[in-house]
Amino acid sequence: MDDVMLQEAISVAASLMLLISFALLAQHRLLSVLHWFAAQGVVLALTTLLVAVISGHYELYFSALMTLLLKGALLPWLLWRIIRKMHVHREVEPLVNMPVTMLIALTLVLICFYVALPIERMSQLVTHNTLAIAMATVFLGMLMMITRKKAITQVIGFLSIENALFFTAVGATHGMPMIVELGVAFDVLIAAIIFGLFFTHMRNTFDSLDLDVIQEKSKR
Amino acid sequence: MIDSALLLAISAMATCLFAALLSPCIGRFPALQRLSVSLLLAASGALAMAAGLFGLNDSEAVMTLPIGLPWLPMHLHLDALSAFFMLTIGILLLPVGIYSVGYLKEIVAKNGSIQQMGLFLPLFALGMQGVVLADDAYTFMVFWEIMSLASYFLVTFEHENEATRKAGFLYLLMAHLAGLLILGAFSVLYAAAGDFSFVAMRNAELSPGMATAAFLLAAFGFGMKAGVVPLHVWLPDAHSAAPSNVSALMSGIMLKVAIFGFMRLIWDLVGMHEFAWWWGALVLAAGSSSAITGILMALQQHDLKRLLAYSSVENVGIILIGIGMAMTFAASGHPLIAVLGMIAALYHTINHALFKGMLFMGAGAVMHATGSRDMESMGGLIHRMPATAVFVLIACISISGLPPFNGFVSEWLTFQTALLTPHLENTLLAALIPFSASMLALAGALAAACFVKLFGIVFQGQARSTAAAQAHEVDGWMKAGMAIPALFCLLLGVLPTLFIPLIESVPQMLIHASLAGSVQPENWLWLTPVSADRASYAAPMMLFGMLILAALIYWRLHGRGKRILRSAVWSCGHAPLNPRMQYTSTSYSQPLKRIFSGAYLPEVHEGTRYGVHPLVVHSVVYAVHIGDLFYRRLYLPVGRITQAIADRLAHEHERGMHAYLAYIFSTILLLLLWVVQ
Repeated sequence: MDDVMLQEAISVAASLMLLISFALLAQHRLLSVLHWFAAQGVVLALTTLLVAVISGHYELYFSALMTLLLKGALLPWLLWRIIRKMHVHREVEPLVNMPVTMLIALTLVLICFYVALPIERMSQLVTHNTLAIAMATVFLGMLMMITRKKAITQVIGFLSIENALFFTAVGATHGMPMIVELGVAFDVLIAAIIFGLFFTHMRNTFDSLDLDVIQEKSKR
Repeated sequence: MIDSALLLAISAMATCLFAALLSPCIGRFPALQRLSVSLLLAASGALAMAAGLFGLNDSEAVMTLPIGLPWLPMHLHLDALSAFFMLTIGILLLPVGIYSVGYLKEIVAKNGSIQQMGLFLPLFALGMQGVVLADDAYTFMVFWEIMSLASYFLVTFEHENEATRKAGFLYLLMAHLAGLLILGAFSVLYAAAGDFSFVAMRNAELSPGMATAAFLLAAFGFGMKAGVVPLHVWLPDAHSAAPSNVSALMSGIMLKVAIFGFMRLIWDLVGMHEFAWWWGALVLAAGSSSAITGILMALQQHDLKRLLAYSSVENVGIILIGIGMAMTFAASGHPLIAVLGMIAALYHTINHALFKGMLFMGAGAVMHATGSRDMESMGGLIHRMPATAVFVLIACISISGLPPFNGFVSEWLTFQTALLTPHLENTLLAALIPFSASMLALAGALAAACFVKLFGIVFQGQARSTAAAQAHEVDGWMKAGMAIPALFCLLLGVLPTLFIPLIESVPQMLIHASLAGSVQPENWLWLTPVSADRASYAAPMMLFGMLILAALIYWRLHGRGKRILRSAVWSCGHAPLNPRMQYTSTSYSQPLKRIFSGAYLPEVHEGTRYGVHPLVVHSVVYAVHIGDLFYRRLYLPVGRITQAIADRLAHEHERGMHAYLAYIFSTILLLLLWVVQ
């Protein structure tokens, strides 16, 4: 009974994750990208909580709480502060336009399901079909890094990859060992702070956070 | 077992090594340094000659040196083939060593030191001797690289000059490429034999594909080093940039060591029974194109040493024509004719070492006297440098293939081989060989024109510059250095019947057939390579007849108190010419430039500069430039394409961060898909 519950719940969470990834790609405004990123963190925390409840691994409660605080609140807030302080242009500037990005994203999801097929067949775990979705989420994060101009969207893409990896860990193996999880969480926090520092410096040096502009200027 | 010949050969190498080690120690005494290094080189040459002569008569000898890699000691081996090439090395090393005593004095006076030369000249000789004696691929490559690198440092001796540095770089590049290809050929043989030693490679069974791969790699690798067209572009630059004693060694022996390498690998290690029919045709085609291109380019040079360098390309072509015919006949089951072709090639090998060495030494003497390499600034040197003029004249006659000197014998033998073509069954080959032979005949005629030009412009007429007018004869060492090969040229030209039986042990070893019966050692007067009723040549009688003829003409002109009329040089009895009215090197070769303009593709630059008014002509410029056809039509386009590809790649590298992310992304995707497959 529990197993079925778990499977269903995690499947729902997984589809939510994927949906949010698409939503991240489809946004035109930077602030709404940030909102969806926060939503992704919250879904991740909820998934962790679900797994904790059903599997009974007590340290996962702690993990869920930390995820909620860090990825659902702290990181989005940090990024929001940067956007506000640095007067970043509020538009998302895509290199590839939205419909094409969506089509590519769809193809990627299909490929991921195809790639995950043999692994799912071997897997004994209850959460087997989440693997393809987790992989697709990683790729969508990467796609976001490639197709968006601003440094800040790239950081969000990078962090959403991290979210996806965490989701994979939780979904596939009931979470990593506590100490690893703590380490990763700490790393992400530090990374966010360093990104913030970088943004400041980039801004001071190049007067812009647009990567193309930075490249042009650094060539001279 | 060690026999006397191998011992002599090893002591020749040891002498070089000793010279190389000694030279840096006595660098503070340049006079002592140049004397000891040069004389040790000459001694090494004498030892190598002796080793070669004994080795050609003796049976084979092998020896394992206790040095090298731990599991792979160095194997040395003296058989007929290596003995012949030891003889070739020694016969030129001896005179060049003697010549260097005088020549290096000039360099010491000019540069103040000969440190670089003192170290690398003996190492260069050591490398060449080592290649010839090597009995495993490892030893061969080690000595080969010593030879290449030492010669690079010798080519760049005058490195203050930018043209020299450029020539050195091109040489180093091509030498390394050649080394790589040769290494490839050895790897193919190693794959078949499973061992580095030549004994194992000789006995290994090769599949036709592997044999072909080994042949092609060896042909291109050794061909690059030997300066075969179109792989010759490094040669004119490097030979003219190097000091003259080094050019003499490089052109005289190093190109021959490449020929040796090719013969060792293809005839000895791969073996005659593996030959495909088209191998000989390829070598023949390469030889013909080298012969004709080399001499055509040589004709248009006015830089003395570039002319000689291009002529080396021609002579390597003649040698290859002989080898190519030997390969063709051997592959089609006519071993006797193959033996004749090989003897012709070997004979020309040693001949070219002699006369080209002598010509480069002569060029060094002339350059030392006039301070220039440009033939347009020479002239009339026969009056001021009579001895040098005689030696250069002998070399010019020899290289033009005229009796009674040695060049005639080898070219005559080559033609005799070509005339046996009707024995071939394959019609394609039967058509190709006469074509090569006619190319060879054309090349011979052009060579004669080329060396008439060289001797006429440099030594005859009137001096074209004050330096030429004030030139002085070189010292006794340099004269002695040129006299020795001149003597050998005459001996080899007059007594081929004594020399051919000696070198016949090489084809005996490689083809297992002999000309015994057609060349009788007892019949020392007549050289009859095929049969007495077909063709024969009595060199001593020819010499005797020429002497009688010369005496008659002298008597006719000067005998019985006839008055000798003397008038201005080259004026044909008219009013005296001034030096600017004489034939120049360019004007002498101008008709040939017209005739062969299709091959030269001359670039004409004309222009008129006007003064203040369009009717006032300030100056008129007319310049014709002839570059190397292959350099312009083959090397530059290849270079441009490579550059274009590199630029495209560089452009890809300059893309932004997004492109890099996309590369990573697509790589991961592809790898994933590949794993799933």
